[in-house]
Amino acid sequence: MTRDTPTKDVAMTETKFEPIPDPRAAAPVLSVEDLSVSFVTDGRRATVVRNVSFEVRPGETLAIVGESGSGKSVTSLAIMGLLPPRVSRVDGRIDLAGRELTSLSDKEMSAIRGRDMAMIFQEPMTSLNPVFTIGRQISESLVRHLGLSRAAARAETVRLLEKVRIPNAATRFDEYPHQFSGGMRQRVMIAMALASKPKLLIADEPTTALDVTIQGQILDLIKQLQAEENMAVLFITHDMGVVAEVADRTMVMYRGDMVETGTTRDVFHDGRHPYTRALLSAVPRLGDMGDTDIPGRFAIVDAVSGERIPAAPVVDTVDRAAPPILSVRDLVTRFDVRGGVFGRRTGAIHAVEGVSFDLHQGETLSLVGESGCGKSTTGRSIMRLVEPVAGRVELDGFDVLDLDGADLRRMRRSIQMIFQDPFASLNPRMTVGASVAEPYTSHRLGTHAQARDKVADLLERVGLAPDMMSRYPHEFSGGQRQRIAIARALALDPKVIVADESVSALDVSIKAQVCNLLMDLQESLKIAFLFISHDMAVVERVSHRVAVMYLGEIVEIGPRAALFGNPQHPYTKKLIAAVPVPDPARRGIRRDLDVRELRSPVRPLGFLPPERRYRTVSPGHVVMEDAR
Amino acid sequence: MYVFIARRLLLAIPTLLIISLFVFSLQKLLPGDPVLVMAGEERDPALLELLRAKYHLNDPIPVQYVAWIGNALRGDLGISLRTNQPVVDLIAEKLPVTLQLALMSMTFALVIGIPLGVLAAVKKNTFIDYLTSVLALSGLSVPNFWLGIMLILLVSVKLGWLPASGYQPFFVDPLLSLKTMLMPSFVLGNALAATMMRHTRSAMIGVLSSDYVRTARAKGLSERAVILSHGFRNAVLPIVTLSALLFGELLAGAVLTEQIFTIPGFGKLIVDAVFTRDYAVVQGVVLCTAIGFISMNLLADVLYVVLNPRMRASL
Repeated sequence: MTRDTPTKDVAMTETKFEPIPDPRAAAPVLSVEDLSVSFVTDGRRATVVRNVSFEVRPGETLAIVGESGSGKSVTSLAIMGLLPPRVSRVDGRIDLAGRELTSLSDKEMSAIRGRDMAMIFQEPMTSLNPVFTIGRQISESLVRHLGLSRAAARAETVRLLEKVRIPNAATRFDEYPHQFSGGMRQRVMIAMALASKPKLLIADEPTTALDVTIQGQILDLIKQLQAEENMAVLFITHDMGVVAEVADRTMVMYRGDMVETGTTRDVFHDGRHPYTRALLSAVPRLGDMGDTDIPGRFAIVDAVSGERIPAAPVVDTVDRAAPPILSVRDLVTRFDVRGGVFGRRTGAIHAVEGVSFDLHQGETLSLVGESGCGKSTTGRSIMRLVEPVAGRVELDGFDVLDLDGADLRRMRRSIQMIFQDPFASLNPRMTVGASVAEPYTSHRLGTHAQARDKVADLLERVGLAPDMMSRYPHEFSGGQRQRIAIARALALDPKVIVADESVSALDVSIKAQVCNLLMDLQESLKIAFLFISHDMAVVERVSHRVAVMYLGEIVEIGPRAALFGNPQHPYTKKLIAAVPVPDPARRGIRRDLDVRELRSPVRPLGFLPPERRYRTVSPGHVVMEDAR
Repeated sequence: MYVFIARRLLLAIPTLLIISLFVFSLQKLLPGDPVLVMAGEERDPALLELLRAKYHLNDPIPVQYVAWIGNALRGDLGISLRTNQPVVDLIAEKLPVTLQLALMSMTFALVIGIPLGVLAAVKKNTFIDYLTSVLALSGLSVPNFWLGIMLILLVSVKLGWLPASGYQPFFVDPLLSLKTMLMPSFVLGNALAATMMRHTRSAMIGVLSSDYVRTARAKGLSERAVILSHGFRNAVLPIVTLSALLFGELLAGAVLTEQIFTIPGFGKLIVDAVFTRDYAVVQGVVLCTAIGFISMNLLADVLYVVLNPRMRASL
């Protein structure tokens, strides 16, 4: 393979937008000119990326930011030549280190992929081949592109694993992907991508599927390795916080068009296109809420006109004098771990351990924490979707853990749930109207005519048209589906709604709208929300009170302003510090290059959870004392 | 891993017991008295009684069952009522014949079905894909007996290339043995090949659209390495399980195929035994088949674990 010297076309590529003066002034590693991508489905051609041009220089990070359907991932796959050949068409020029890529054959492209440019993907859980050891998967690349012998490739792989800070690299060479956590798998992916020292690294949402403390680690790792190798990085993301943290320059995409490009600072502070401003106003910033004790709606900016609809002020809906609508005391939920020939109990997952809290009418209490902290299990235990081992749950006059049969069903009218994935939680073969009416009719609350009226009313309440009830879920967008799921949860006029990561899967602008909807409903119906989320910034926005969970326990609970303004527990502090702040001015701030994993709540048989002591910081703000 | 195998072996015991009970009681529920068949034209009640006593047919049924199981465990499946030979000897004589037929058919199914399936998946929605689909569909829809007879007419009678029927033990004359079995195993194996091909195709299509195959491509591996090493290695897992299940179909199909090609195997043995109410033989053959089927599935499960590191860890 010959490698042409990087040359020409530098000036030409940025005709539409002002070129950004680069202090290094090196020739770009990647320059994309007038790139358009279209797909052919059922004989029709749909263009998903239109006339996009940009370039990335050595050592520089360009972020492409946009929501789903913006064409950002398709752009990156087009550069890699990974789009399905028969149904897609790529027009324009892609120059990598002076070599034009769109005219190359499959064979020539495969020699460049993984050698001159490499890519890491969003889903570390599924992006590694489950049947091969991670050592083999990394060394494969070394053998292919650098022609190393097996032994040399093994030594180099171990060095790479150490470079991405995987502890005990040499012994982990022969392990399989399932033996690694999500964060560690992403490190493996990075090691694989860096194997042949590529000039360009494309990172497609590399931290989106990871927990927030792990996300910080991975972002820092990418930044550091980039500095060491002077790589160009193309960073694809929807997260403005991540953009602010990693990108030198930012390009905003909207429905296939490049709407704005410039230095990250300019895009954040002087965004010219309405969509850029809409996107930024929808991003919650940690610390925005200051000392107010009640939630705050998002201001909505119209993506086309740029018109700003200011956030309606939130009315305080909580009556603290009344007894709580939901009261949980010393809740314990454990799952058996079995093993051996006869499947005996060998241990237990202590998913929820001694959890206590109150929730008042009209209040939002958020449970925050990372994967496996027991926040979802807590929500399910309260509804008895899983059976708790011990504790006491009082809900709207019911002693929940004592109920059975008909009483259990009646209790569920008081508490409903909204799930994370609006695509999976609606039955695709039922009309939306039937889905929303189902709780109402199955609890025999009225006639079919009454159910229809109820559905029409509910759809209107969640911002949809009543005549949509005869349509099927696939005709709706993700945000609309989540509204339908909310309407369904409201069908029984519940007192409490458990919202389990209900806005996490939504695009930023949709997320803001759905959060506003939840606050509207709280105001008009006095609903209490148990808001389960990993997203600290959203939690800060929507909650009255917050409980931080770690390994099945609440380590800190208190009013929102107190907890965010004066965090006491080390884990709370760590969680808050890990959230990327959408402010490019804070870019230089580095975290320590920690490789600590989330700990597992699996305990041996006969494990006795330690007695906990709690300290009151201020009224209602309680923190667990002997940390760990 | 060993724990897993041990657990599977333990589970096979109740399965076998249930099958044995089923086989045994089915026999007792069938109409017709075997003693009458044995006695032939003779209708002397004293003789019939004597025969009944000889074969313990007057004992209570549970006693007969326990005696039968006990003997079976010692390798004694009784005496054929018809030929007076021990059933075990009959089975030992016929088993290799059917085993050879089954193995050759399976090999045929794997060698044809899997590569075609992979090819169809890689060339999804192209002419090659449609062609293999048509082939598979015709393989599934043509009845075995018709295909068998047509092949005999064409290949043996008209062209005289292969023998039309019979059996030659492999260790006596390997070449002739393979030649005689070639047509039967094609007839028996073609439907399996078609099933195998369809399943390989869908497994492969699923795997080829997975994230890790995209990673393999992003790594710059050659398309051949992506498909064969990263892709097929994962698609093979469901095929292993399928093969073991198809083995049961194979045994059922063998009965018919052996009739068409007059091969003296298990199929012929069991058909003859059923018609003459030769209880002991039917029981022995069915039990033996069940053991074969269970062992194949056990083998498949073990193989699955060997091929799938995720399973190894969770055991």
